[in-house]
Amino acid sequence: MWWFTSPKIVFGEDALEQLKTVEAKRVLVITDPVVTKLGMLELVLKELKHVTPDVDVFDQVEPEPSFENVDKVAEAVRRFRPDLIVALGGGSCIDAAKAAWILYERPDLKLEAVSPLTKLDLRKKARFLAIPTTAGTGSDATWVVVLTDRAQNIKVDYIASRELTPDFSILDPRFILKLPREATAYTGLDAITQGIEAYVNQWQNDFSDGLALKSIQLLFEYLPKAFDNPDDLLARQKTQNAATMSGLAFGNAQVGLAHAMGHSLGAIFHMPHGLSVALSNLYVIPFSSRGAAERYRDIAHTIGIEEASPERATARLVEALKDLMTRLNMPTSLRDAGISKTAFEQNIDDLVEKTNRSTCTFVNPRVPDVDEIRKLFVCTYEARQVDF
Amino acid sequence: MHWYRPHNDSWLIFIACEPVEALTPAATQVFSISCEGVVLPIVGCLAKFPSEEWIKLFMEEVNTNKNYEEAARTWEGDFLFVIDADAELKEPSTFYVDLWHGKCRGVALVKPGESKKAAFIYSGPYSNWKKLINKQIDPIQGLLTGKFKLQGDMVKVLRAVRAAKELVETAGKVPTEFA
Repeated sequence: MWWFTSPKIVFGEDALEQLKTVEAKRVLVITDPVVTKLGMLELVLKELKHVTPDVDVFDQVEPEPSFENVDKVAEAVRRFRPDLIVALGGGSCIDAAKAAWILYERPDLKLEAVSPLTKLDLRKKARFLAIPTTAGTGSDATWVVVLTDRAQNIKVDYIASRELTPDFSILDPRFILKLPREATAYTGLDAITQGIEAYVNQWQNDFSDGLALKSIQLLFEYLPKAFDNPDDLLARQKTQNAATMSGLAFGNAQVGLAHAMGHSLGAIFHMPHGLSVALSNLYVIPFSSRGAAERYRDIAHTIGIEEASPERATARLVEALKDLMTRLNMPTSLRDAGISKTAFEQNIDDLVEKTNRSTCTFVNPRVPDVDEIRKLFVCTYEARQVDF
Repeated sequence: MHWYRPHNDSWLIFIACEPVEALTPAATQVFSISCEGVVLPIVGCLAKFPSEEWIKLFMEEVNTNKNYEEAARTWEGDFLFVIDADAELKEPSTFYVDLWHGKCRGVALVKPGESKKAAFIYSGPYSNWKKLINKQIDPIQGLLTGKFKLQGDMVKVLRAVRAAKELVETAGKVPTEFA
């Protein structure tokens, strides 16, 4: 037995117009300074005028938000007492807003104590609406919050509850038209990795499978187009839809070892999330394929690789991913990503430890031991073939 | 005919004279080995689940499992594993399992009426325990879907989720006869 959860999703050109149909008396928009500067906040506020005059804005969410930053967001929420929270931004904004939502509804709880078994009783005070401005994390469709613990220098990935699934997600391609090319690549690669890891995961299911495969197919087709021509509205729309679909896929299954390694790399080297997970995945796939080669072959078939042998199809899938990353001007090894050998060797124990403790590792199709995790990091650093 | 596993990688095999058919099928597990062209059946005695014999074998398996030792090397916390009665098991049963830094320091079958405390209580009906041991239920998905209940610090368990998986893997290695 398992569940499938999803927000009500409005998508396509002019999707934002649906915002005026949402009922609310007091609305707080949670966003970041970049989104504000790019004029996206203005578009949202214009629609919200039709909903209520009581609208406030908090626009100080940090990238990769910390617990301390979430406390500030929560204070703003408590002060304004909204009955609708609008999270406008990338995964960082949406995750920070979700975490602040918990603290607003349940001041008796500490975030660190929230787990999927905690009954939160959300929605007594406010509902939650997400408007993503990137096409990658899928946070607008998931029930997970990823925060940074600055003291321990780790990404905390266990704060989760099905109640955290947003009530609404509005996917309007206008919001990602201004996404820079580099960020387009990072977030798109994140979405592809989510789709792949959801499809091969131990917790995969029929519902997540369909969404995962379709999201991968769309991203292979439209991500290069959106990268080459940022004004291509159709390509933007397709990558945006695909990102949310991959969020639904992994939100209802799980992500795996590439995300565990990517979170560790992000915490230590502050690499962009999409790059760290996509890069790790190039080396995780050959490792994980011992036990899931047929699943990887399905993915290869989805992107047009006609290969009957699961092993050869998997190898060609890795080549296709490398080609895509190269096409998007992305490195395909940690060394090429600019991490020095000294820094890598100084931190490898910590990388291994963090990966070994991640909740993503244990649902990977093949669960590595610590020696294997170490070898995977070495391969990822040196672009070495994974043969174990 | 019995086998016994005294150490991690060695097997002591007792070959009996009686025919295999004489043994109760439900209490035996039949393998065969080939020795210089002669195929010999090997019958293993299975530990009944739940029983004191089973939990002792489980402890032996835990203490020889290097993967568990590594995954749980910082784990501190004892468990009560509660097997609730259901259509397949008339009397409930409780195991006490003391887990510390990658090793199992002690186990006990808690007698009816006996009060035993532990940091964590993991409980569920017998039929779900059967599925767990047979790897038909993931231990964490089992919690999320309500097939099992956990009393204690869930976040601590989520942080040690790999150890939890290894523990279940270990349970699957115990030659088990279900009631």
